Amino acid sequence: MTQTVLWIAQRVTAGILAVCVVVHLATIIYAVQGGLTAAEILGRTRGNTAWLAFYLVFVLAAAIHAPIGLRPVLGEWLHWRGIWREVFLVFFAYALLWFGLQAVLGVFAV
Amino acid sequence: MKVRVWRGVAQGEFQSFDVPREPSQTVLDVVTYIQRKLDPTLAYRYACRVGMCGSCAMTVNGVSRWTCRTHVNQVARNDELTIGPLRNLPVIRDLVTDMREFFDKWARARGQFKGGRTRHDDFERVAPQSEHREAVDAGIECIGCAVCYSSCNVVAANPAYLGPAALNRAWTLVNDVREKENAERLRAVAGDAGCHACHTHMDCTERCPKHLSPTAAIAGLKRATTKAALKGKL
Repeated sequence: MTQTVLWIAQRVTAGILAVCVVVHLATIIYAVQGGLTAAEILGRTRGNTAWLAFYLVFVLAAAIHAPIGLRPVLGEWLHWRGIWREVFLVFFAYALLWFGLQAVLGVFAV
Repeated sequence: MKVRVWRGVAQGEFQSFDVPREPSQTVLDVVTYIQRKLDPTLAYRYACRVGMCGSCAMTVNGVSRWTCRTHVNQVARNDELTIGPLRNLPVIRDLVTDMREFFDKWARARGQFKGGRTRHDDFERVAPQSEHREAVDAGIECIGCAVCYSSCNVVAANPAYLGPAALNRAWTLVNDVREKENAERLRAVAGDAGCHACHTHMDCTERCPKHLSPTAAIAGLKRATTKAALKGKL
């Protein structure tokens, strides 16, 4: 049951990430037209709740998606299975979430 | 023609033989020639010779195949052949593998039919064109030769993985409207050793001599286990 739920979570977050990555890349390509400055980026994101909501969803989806994908990689390539792999992956998920939220809040806060 | 044949168990080496080319010669003919004319100690397995029994599967130039249905002129490169045992199974001797784990996994995937009727009941009628019957037809012709299992990179990386043939069998039973134990079966095929371990490389489907698609069966099991999980029945 747990592994099936993980699989569903990974598929759902993959769908979310597919949209998020396209929007993110399109924004990058649009934003670098005519040069890229910190002021320009912050001008777009500071206090903008729409971008805040978008990147919160993006970070949350990545923090769920990446550890689930890393799980079989560790199992099949490093033969690392058992409880300590799961503990590591939970830490990895929280680390992604923590660093991601730091970045999102960093460009949102005035 | 120069033929290199695996000799030994897990440890061993390839031994070279010179075998004359014949018209319409199969790889099984080559192995049989070696055993009858050149080295009677060579161990290999076959029965029907016509692609019905599935017992002559080996690797030919690194690719898992039925040797009885593989013509030499399809696979020989520069008049050379390399013949070894199936991958992902313990070698007993030379070209003979121990198939126990392969078939034990069919049992672990609940490959046994469990119907609800007895000999005193009438036959259950299943319409040949019904959706479920057609899904069964798509996978039922598997003869258990283990070519898919030998070709599967996930089995190589994850020895607990049930493998394409066992999961294909489970999928035919999930679609069998007479079957009574599909809740248990879906539990047995979910998770790290089951359908969720498949990476959809499709080596099984590429190599299956019966042109079945275990990949499609495994995708079906993923859908069925997802539905069961969302209903809280897994």
